[in-house]
Amino acid sequence: MAKQYETVIGLEVHVELATKTKIFCGCSTAFGGAPNTHTCPVCTGMPGSLPVLNKKVLEYAVAVGLATNCDITRYCKFDRKNYFYPDNPQNYQISQLYLPICRNGWVEIETKDGKKKVGIHEIHMEEDAGKLVHDDWADRTLVDYNRSGVPLIEIVSEPDMRSAEEVIAYLEKLRMLIQYLGVSDCKLQEGSMRADVNLSVREAGASGYGTRTEMKNLNSFRTISHAVACERERQIDLIESGKKVVQETRRFDDNKGESYPMRSKEDAQDYRYFPDPDLTPVQVDDSLLQEIKDRQPEFREEKMARYAEEFALPAYDIEILTGEKALADLFEAATAICGKPKQVSNWLMGETLRLCREKNMDTSDLRFSPENLAKLIGLTEQKAINGSVAKEVFEVMFEENIDPVSYVEEKGLKTVGDERLLRKVVEEVLAANPQSVSDYKGGKQKALGFLVGQTMKAMKGKADPAMVNRLLKEALD
Amino acid sequence: MANVISDETIEYVSILAKLDLDEEQKEAAKRDMGRMLDYIDQLNELDTEGVEPMSHVFPVQNVFREDVVTNGDDSERLLSNAPEEQDNMFVVPRTFE
Amino acid sequence: MQRVAENNNCFAQQFIYFPLCFAKFHREWIVIMESRKSKLLDMTAIELSCAIREGRTTAPEALSAVFERIEEKEEAYHCYITIEKEKAMRSAVEVQAKIEAGELTGPLAGVPVAIKDNLCTEGTLTTCGSRILGNFVPTFSTEAVELLKKAGAVIIGKTNMDEFAMGSTTETSYFGVTRNPADITRVPGGSSGGSAAAVAAGECFFALGSDTGGSIRQPAGYCGVVGMKPTYGTVSRYGLVAYGSSLDQIGPLTRDVEDCAAVLSAIASHDEKDSTSMKREDTDFMSALVKDVRGMKIGIPRDYFSEGLDGQVKDAVLSAAEVLEAEGAILEEFDLSLVDYAIPAYYTIAAAEASSNLERFDGIKYGYRAAGEGMGLHEMYKKTRSEGFGEEVKRRIMLGSFVLSSGYYDAYYLKALKVKAMIKQAFDQAFSRYDMILGPVSPTTAPKLGESLSDPLKMYLGDIYTISVNLAGLPAISLPCGRDGQGLPIGLQLIGDCFSEKKLLQAAYTYEQTMKNTETNDMGKSILNRAEAKDGKNSQTGKNGNMTDDKAGIVTSAGKEA
Repeated sequence: MAKQYETVIGLEVHVELATKTKIFCGCSTAFGGAPNTHTCPVCTGMPGSLPVLNKKVLEYAVAVGLATNCDITRYCKFDRKNYFYPDNPQNYQISQLYLPICRNGWVEIETKDGKKKVGIHEIHMEEDAGKLVHDDWADRTLVDYNRSGVPLIEIVSEPDMRSAEEVIAYLEKLRMLIQYLGVSDCKLQEGSMRADVNLSVREAGASGYGTRTEMKNLNSFRTISHAVACERERQIDLIESGKKVVQETRRFDDNKGESYPMRSKEDAQDYRYFPDPDLTPVQVDDSLLQEIKDRQPEFREEKMARYAEEFALPAYDIEILTGEKALADLFEAATAICGKPKQVSNWLMGETLRLCREKNMDTSDLRFSPENLAKLIGLTEQKAINGSVAKEVFEVMFEENIDPVSYVEEKGLKTVGDERLLRKVVEEVLAANPQSVSDYKGGKQKALGFLVGQTMKAMKGKADPAMVNRLLKEALD
Repeated sequence: MANVISDETIEYVSILAKLDLDEEQKEAAKRDMGRMLDYIDQLNELDTEGVEPMSHVFPVQNVFREDVVTNGDDSERLLSNAPEEQDNMFVVPRTFE
Repeated sequence: MQRVAENNNCFAQQFIYFPLCFAKFHREWIVIMESRKSKLLDMTAIELSCAIREGRTTAPEALSAVFERIEEKEEAYHCYITIEKEKAMRSAVEVQAKIEAGELTGPLAGVPVAIKDNLCTEGTLTTCGSRILGNFVPTFSTEAVELLKKAGAVIIGKTNMDEFAMGSTTETSYFGVTRNPADITRVPGGSSGGSAAAVAAGECFFALGSDTGGSIRQPAGYCGVVGMKPTYGTVSRYGLVAYGSSLDQIGPLTRDVEDCAAVLSAIASHDEKDSTSMKREDTDFMSALVKDVRGMKIGIPRDYFSEGLDGQVKDAVLSAAEVLEAEGAILEEFDLSLVDYAIPAYYTIAAAEASSNLERFDGIKYGYRAAGEGMGLHEMYKKTRSEGFGEEVKRRIMLGSFVLSSGYYDAYYLKALKVKAMIKQAFDQAFSRYDMILGPVSPTTAPKLGESLSDPLKMYLGDIYTISVNLAGLPAISLPCGRDGQGLPIGLQLIGDCFSEKKLLQAAYTYEQTMKNTETNDMGKSILNRAEAKDGKNSQTGKNGNMTDDKAGIVTSAGKEA
């Protein structure tokens, strides 16, 4: 019988913090500037420049540490990690090795096999590197330092995960926590969250670890799953054929399902860490810690409990609404205005998510305001518009955040409540569709639906379907 | 000389330091480094048991900046020193890809 | 490689805005002016600014005198890497206008200053004495330079130095050696050798240097000027191209102690751009210029006077101590044996930090880049750095990379940081008993050119009395205390506890004033000269007697007070 192998996975997750400025200088972290327009002597490594720590970075890192049950290192320092690469203007990265800001935490993940804790070895603060643009035509590389010095935290897990499913659950958990904290938008595709996967295999039941490899910067959950599967296979194949797994960093090619070693012999991988003499130590005193604790938001678990109690929503709704911080925020704000939690939930879970999927949009990018959603709900509640008109209005609101009240007014979309007028239209529809009338009278209930549709059409949608139904029945029976 | 620096060590250190040494320079580097390390080894005469390593002379802590954008676009001047520039970017030989 | 601007005709231009009403005195004034110029150069910075304020001379005139001296001497001494004549003259004219408008009243207003070439100056070449920065023009200025400009000092140019401040002789500069004005067969010391020599030669009135292991104090000692390394964090390092970041400090090189206090007052600041910058309230260092050392306790470390110290240096330093004793100071010998370990600890820490600080010089963003088609990235790095750095810099980068490398960090780097802690502690103990420590600056006077580089270790040993000061972050001042048999200056060093610059300045000032009153050597001349310049006595015709009447006529405006 073939040997059984167990996959052992640890993650290094880099999260870009949503500060306004870089970690050590006053340059903007905004995306999308022309190359090198968000740079200064500090983040381009000009001689004579010096770094000064952005306080917000410390506060955010501590907040993430608290949310992941870490011990906060009260006295922490920055170290230099020395290696030559053009995306790193000083040829050292300011990071933390000896005294990282957080240590020894955990998060709980849930998969189909149940709940489990994944340990967090440490979280440290560091600076991001610049961007390399390859000019294939001229066979050279161009360097843009706009991202150089953007603050990162690196969350290093213990090797506690055993499958791609657990990896994804862990990443989802981190993303949720961090989004709730509001310290990053955590978008894998855009690189504001990046995962390096450390993976080794061992015979099932073994207690020691095998030699691990590291796969860098996998930018979607799907790619991560794929990479885990392929690397597991590759390592098992090596072992089965009597070869050794080499400890190295590998680049994964998602298309081919293969990975390649990344470094040349010029990379000695000896980072010569030492305390950065340009930066002073950081002392997280009780008052700062308390300040950050006091600012911690309500996390998902607490929110779920509160939604059940306060809004009496079905568990399914709560699951979906709290699954995205942006959605939960919208829900709470709109509900606070209109007082109709279930209606708000329906709009968010139904139309909102449908349109997000359709337009491939993130909920954090939603444009309509809770006020306008509340107004729309108000219009339907007052039966000022019917359901299908409401959906129409919602779509416009989703795109342009229009005020539904004035929009309905301007476009003349209000439901016609004039019973006499409607009765007249009903009579006309019945007269025009004798076959359906006789079908209905012959017992075909379906024919009524057709007649409602015809009436609504004649009313250009601006009728209350319930009233149309009633009037039709009155006329037919 | 107590510290004998091998060819491999000099090779390794020159990779770390990104310096290209010819044979003569390598020999000189081996000799110089060996002598310096012998000299530095004097430190071992001191018992430093229990002494906290001192990187900063003063216990200055918590020097922060506020998270406020202070810098505008200075790319033209910053790039003016670049040996080679293209499309407002620094040019380097093709990196490993 | 020296970049002296071509325009020599600005002597006339500088005065054009002056009224011509004193033209009738011009004949006498030609004669007086020639004397004035040479006398101008004998003034201290404070005397000069005073003379400018009082209208006895002008900032452009002082600058012209400096340029004439440079014309005359620079070829022999080579103090500068870059001189920006026109820029300096424009700035002198601007400053003069501000002085006359009463906007600039400080002791450095209108005074020409030289800046060490590892201090970034916006728009002006900053090479660090290295090929790798041979074409680097910074986009911002060092904080200390900005403060000097604000004080109205006029920047002449950038002084020569050991490459990246690594060296004790200014011979490792890519741009050639600087010679000691006291004896041009000798080195000026280093690494701030260009700054020290320029002050000594009258090629500036004062200069800025940087001190990582003695780089201000030692050349000051060799050249016979005053140099001070302030307490770590007193002067912002923003703009100083880092060598050993935890050790580097910018400081003044001046003609006398009074100037030293004035310059330090101007450049000391708390700078938010430098995380290691200290908040200090006591930066009015001029207030320390009191001739009184009564009751001051001065410790004399026996270890500073043991073998290796030249006999004449020893005698001069000890007799300086006696002068202070005679003025009321209390001398006491004590042991500071840990200083023997300062050099190995220093070279470990400085080399480690330097290896990292100098990684940014890679041929990508600025400076030298090795030529060659089809080079790969790492080949480009190696070629650029190997061609761009000199031998001494490479030596320290190699050592620094080694002591930080995997497996050696604890044995070398961490060990050195522990020894540093012990040295600091030893000084703390000393300063619990003494107000300051007195000793020599260097074991010998200035060595001959070419003698030192052949044996790096021996050169490092020459830093024995200065280096522990940097490790412990202390302030120390170096001031002249006589000359040896060959006429070479000898330096006296006073070392204080952290933040005790005022005590050091007070003691140094007391010594200087005492010597001024008792000797007729070159230290005591400035007051006399000031008087001479004022009444035009002692005049002699200088070599520029071919000035036209026009120029001389314009110049007479400086005689307003006459």
